[in-house]
Amino acid sequence: MRVTLKVWRQRSRTAPGKFVDYPVENVNPDMSMLECLDVLNEELVERGEEPVAFEHDCREGICGSCGFMINGVAHGPQRATTVCQLTMRHFKDGETLTLEPWRARAFPLIKDLVVDRRSFDRIIASGGYVSVSTGSAPDGNAILVPKETADRAMDAAACIGCGACVAACPNASAALFTGAKIAHLGILPQGKPEQDRRAIRMVAQMNAEGFGGCTNIGECTGVCPKEIPLEVIAAMNHDYLRGSWRARDNVVTTIRPFTEWSTGSKLKTDLSSD
Amino acid sequence: MGEVAMELDAKIPSGPIQDKWDKARFDMKLVNPANKRRHTLIVVGSGLAGASAAATLGELGYHVKCFCFQDSPRRAHSIAAQGGINAAKNYQNDGDSIYRLFYDTVKGGDFRAREANVYRLAQISVEIIDQCVAQGVPFAREYGGTLTNRSFGGAQVSRTFYARGQTGQQLLLGAYQALERQVHAGTVEMYPRTEMLDLIVIGGKARGIVTRNLVTGEINTYLGDAVILGTGGYGNVFFLSTNAKGSNATACWRAHKRGALFANPCFTQIHPTCIPVSGDYQSKLTLMSESLRNDGRIWVPLKKGDKRPAGQIHEAERDYYLERRYPSFGNLVPRDVASRNAKYVCDEGRGVGETGLGVYLDFADAIRRLGRKAIEERYGNLFDMYQRITDEDPYNVPMRIYPAIHYTMGGLWVDYNLMSTIPGLFVIGEANFSDHGANRLGASALMQGLSDGYFIVPYTVGSYLATSKPGQIDASDPEIRNAVACVEQTIQKLLSINGRRTVDSFHRQLGKIVWDYCGMSRTAEGLETAIDQIRALREEYWQNVKVAGSADDLNQSLEKANRVADFFELAELMCIDARERNESCGGHFREEYQTEEGEAQRDDENYSYAAAWAYRGYGNYPELFKEPLDFEYVLPSQRSYK
Amino acid sequence: MATTVIGTREIRPVRFWDSTNGQKAVMAVSGVILLLFVFFHMLGNLQIFEGPEQLNYYGAALRRFPEALWAVRAILLIAVVLHIWSSVKLAVRKTSARPAGYARRKNVNSSYASRTMYWSGPILLAFIIFHLLHLTTGTVHPGGRFIEGDVYHNMVSGFQVWYVSAWYIFSMILLGLHLRHGAWSLFQSLGMNHPRHTPILKKAAMVFAIVVVAGYISIPVSILAGWVK
Ligand SMILES: Cc1cc2nc3c(=O)[nH]c(=O)nc-3n(C[C@H](O)[C@H](O)[C@H](O)COP(=O)(O)OP(=O)(O)OC[C@H]3O[C@@H](n4cnc5c(N)ncnc54)[C@H](O)[C@@H]3O)c2cc1C
Ligand code: HEM
Ligand code: HEM
Ligand code: SF4
Ligand code: F3S
Ligand code: FES
Repeated sequence: MRVTLKVWRQRSRTAPGKFVDYPVENVNPDMSMLECLDVLNEELVERGEEPVAFEHDCREGICGSCGFMINGVAHGPQRATTVCQLTMRHFKDGETLTLEPWRARAFPLIKDLVVDRRSFDRIIASGGYVSVSTGSAPDGNAILVPKETADRAMDAAACIGCGACVAACPNASAALFTGAKIAHLGILPQGKPEQDRRAIRMVAQMNAEGFGGCTNIGECTGVCPKEIPLEVIAAMNHDYLRGSWRARDNVVTTIRPFTEWSTGSKLKTDLSSD
Repeated sequence: MGEVAMELDAKIPSGPIQDKWDKARFDMKLVNPANKRRHTLIVVGSGLAGASAAATLGELGYHVKCFCFQDSPRRAHSIAAQGGINAAKNYQNDGDSIYRLFYDTVKGGDFRAREANVYRLAQISVEIIDQCVAQGVPFAREYGGTLTNRSFGGAQVSRTFYARGQTGQQLLLGAYQALERQVHAGTVEMYPRTEMLDLIVIGGKARGIVTRNLVTGEINTYLGDAVILGTGGYGNVFFLSTNAKGSNATACWRAHKRGALFANPCFTQIHPTCIPVSGDYQSKLTLMSESLRNDGRIWVPLKKGDKRPAGQIHEAERDYYLERRYPSFGNLVPRDVASRNAKYVCDEGRGVGETGLGVYLDFADAIRRLGRKAIEERYGNLFDMYQRITDEDPYNVPMRIYPAIHYTMGGLWVDYNLMSTIPGLFVIGEANFSDHGANRLGASALMQGLSDGYFIVPYTVGSYLATSKPGQIDASDPEIRNAVACVEQTIQKLLSINGRRTVDSFHRQLGKIVWDYCGMSRTAEGLETAIDQIRALREEYWQNVKVAGSADDLNQSLEKANRVADFFELAELMCIDARERNESCGGHFREEYQTEEGEAQRDDENYSYAAAWAYRGYGNYPELFKEPLDFEYVLPSQRSYK
Repeated sequence: MATTVIGTREIRPVRFWDSTNGQKAVMAVSGVILLLFVFFHMLGNLQIFEGPEQLNYYGAALRRFPEALWAVRAILLIAVVLHIWSSVKLAVRKTSARPAGYARRKNVNSSYASRTMYWSGPILLAFIIFHLLHLTTGTVHPGGRFIEGDVYHNMVSGFQVWYVSAWYIFSMILLGLHLRHGAWSLFQSLGMNHPRHTPILKKAAMVFAIVVVAGYISIPVSILAGWVK
């Protein structure tokens, strides 16, 4: 089969971007979307043009590197599937596919289909963990966890941090991602002690990053490759409200969001270690 | 190039094996807490090994800088691990023990691992589970609330802990969150999208790294008192593997060129149950969990080139070759044996699928016996994944599977303290020549990565700092300039060649060579051929490769070009090592050395050693150093699965 | 310091009102008040089918305790103000959160109502203002005189004007949309997170919305149809 890829090309955040049409011949229906881009890129390189930059690593739907909009849907038409696992047989012969990067202020573009998702790391850094240092753990069976609880925690923990929820949300809200971590740790006994604090801090960071507010629209779960349930957002609201009510610590540290990548070295090689 | 320690001292503590680790820890010098902050440590890699090490060192108060090439530490290749992680908890009361895990691992590794390390690994396995549970890793549970286990990779005891089919993901997220906690505390600086391209060795000690910022292309140097590599395995030498596309050997290889010995490069693991290649566009192979072999029956048609659909081939015309050849273990023989036999039947022209490179994994009997429901419960998600990729329904037509390269036991040589032959350069996780000998048992790599990172390297690095007292270095040291220059030259060269072939086309061809001659089974002359072909191809590479784009922004084809350049040299060393080792053991099968039943034939007389190779300059033959392996506790025996 | 590491930390008190989640809670609570009012107000109005005496008695009853009346009015006013305040806050965030929009966009998992809250809301506000002038103060009362206190007469005369009824009916439908999402969403916003409840709440919200819309619309319709004179 053949398809036309209508790809967003943009050299850098500051450079202007535009769509470019690339017809791709002899596409094999068993190819993944990314393998189709591989084929295109091989041709481009042979022609001496710059290949399309797109993020990928595991190509098994688990690392969360890949992801872009296909015809206006994050990760494309098939539910619960990342673009690396999306095979071309889901498209019609001769179809034109519009490939666009995630668009959100908190996901500044780096190049073509690649965006900067460090805001997610900062949200986790601000409280998405259990504060237990290596060596201080009790025996694995010291705290019993009902199977049902463990399963619900696992449902939330399955998030791969791909950012599709933000991309698809009309508010560009990170509620599903943030809620998933707050729910995962909040459900488990190991995470209870920090439950309020965690929610307050992670929400504060989420807001500092400039994500939109959630109005419970629900697009996020619809495109989430791991089908993270909407309840995690309610769980986040619950923990946050209770936390604010008890006002444990109303002074939190947030991390100043930044989008710079350059290490700021004037000369191309910077010899100082700090 | 850096000079090499002439004899290999593994620094194994004296005393009975149970007490070695305690003794070692007691003998270690400690760093005064007040001084820790003054030590800058460089951790390259944020996988299970790297992230756990960086987090723990940060908790201890060191000033840590952690690097990874992905956009977030959470995306390291460890995330893809499915099956589970072993630990000698004996929660199932089925007779497991530290000693049994130790025994199984040494035997499974076909007696090519270091006993003391393996025993320590088994001891620490217990603490790992506790740590991960405390971090909130949602391991599978019994209704009573206790942790549950499964038996894995043909082990006789149930010692494998798991979180659905995403154990690696959950363990890595645990380590990643611990890491981010330290980032927030200010003890760890995280550098994503930053690739290490060279090691800085000053006064014979590892003192820093040269990196390329993958977004801006800036070449930077980072200096410190010790460098810890947790950069993963080199399975991608084969181009097609189950590894993540970005997994590479560059960090290790450039350290090797700076003087670190590379051990057992030819010990690579082939996983029997992967989805077969479907076309030449294919970019990677997908693993299907080993557990499928518990209920699936493996077969091929009796007749050559029988292209009828499976359904039309009657029982009488089928060859259940594993059950036939290994009556007692049947379809559950270890990975290396299962893989090799699949290759044989396909070489005989009895393989299935268009490519003829595949065998059937048939669940018809199991479904008849247990009912579709039961099978759905056990393997539902795997069947879905298979269907998503192949568009075939494994409930009705048998799965097609074929072996694929999966893990690399070889790696940089390290002593008992996980320090390489370059003082101050520590190597952890899959990157070191691990505790798995010539063959890794399922669910042991996660265990090793976390044990190295959480529980071993934090002690041994401290001891190194306390004893060797690395002093100040001045930033204008010629070694630094030299390393930076090397990196910049390589990049400039790659961009300037501007030939006619893409990096991937070279990589595919290289992978094919290594797969054909240094894959599931090897022969001396085959390896000779491979070495010649690899050399020739590498020559062409440096004449004819085409790398688009520039050096000063995100340029993925340049990244690949850098990595493939190193794969060429590593591939050659793998073949040299494979040819040098005139025996068959574990994943290394030399057709010349097999029992009359066609099983691996070890030669403990002459090859009971770890082969550690020293780099001797581009194109020169590497120098071999041998670390003899003696077995006091688990006496070598012939593996038999008849 | 290299900038690829996470940035410098800044200490600041998190003010509940500044957080998206806080604003959602305010919106929910104010939403509940409005929602309850709308429900009981509907019941009150339906007494029109009991005949003039009953409805006017009810209207008079409301006025018998002015303090109570004004208390209720005050609460309603505060609720509307808070509700609008929070929705405006969220709307502003929304626009800044995605500076560059998509060339193509397709929704896969959301209700029309949920995506149009920012439209249905303000139109409702416009309706309320008109409605107060129309039936509370009578300042705007096309078709017949507005008689202070004769609620029955005011309604009938008011709704006999077709375009007034049309505007009411249109607004009621928007109200229905707004409630269809809102009446479920508020539980989510207040942290009710039991997996089994969500689908039930969504259905309940739908039923509630339909009842309210039907109840209200029945009035202008039956007046236009001449069943109520
Ligand atoms: C599909 C699959 C399934 C598996 N299942 C299991 C299982 O069930 N049980 C089990 O025990 N094992 C399993 N394994 C093996 C196991 O996952 C790996 O051996 C283990 O995760 C390796 O971890 P690591 O930390 O050593 O390296 P990795 O996780 O590979 O991490 C490497 C890190 O180094 C960084 N890096 C690499 N090069 C550079 C560079 N030049 N500069 C900067 N950073 C660099 C990367 O960014 C990454 O962060 C599986 C492997 C695969 C492929
Ligand atoms: C006056 C202008 C109004 C505006 C701009 C407005 C806007 C909104 C918006 C944007 C939401 C958010 C939806 C969500 O977060 O889930 C909302 C929720 C809601 N609105 Fe309104 N609305 C208005 C009037 C009303 C009125 C008159 C009522 C009552 C009849 C009402 C009842 C509700 C309810 C119950 C909710 C749910 C609260 C929540 O989800 O947290 N709104 N409104
Ligand atoms: C067909 C629909 C409706 C009818 C027939 C109706 C009728 C009336 C009448 C007759 C009054 C005057 C009562 C009095 O002065 O004694 C009134 C007041 C009012 N109505 Fe409605 N109403 C309708 C819909 C609504 C809706 C949908 C809302 C809100 C979203 C609303 C909000 C109000 C308010 C706030 C007042 C003022 C109450 C007060 O005096 O404090 N009405 N309505
Ligand atoms: S919640 Fe789902 S969509 Fe959002 S980041 Fe996690 S996996 Fe991706
Ligand atoms: S789509 Fe957006 S509005 Fe909330 S429910 Fe999902 S984040
Ligand atoms: S590449 Fe890892 S999820 Fe798609």
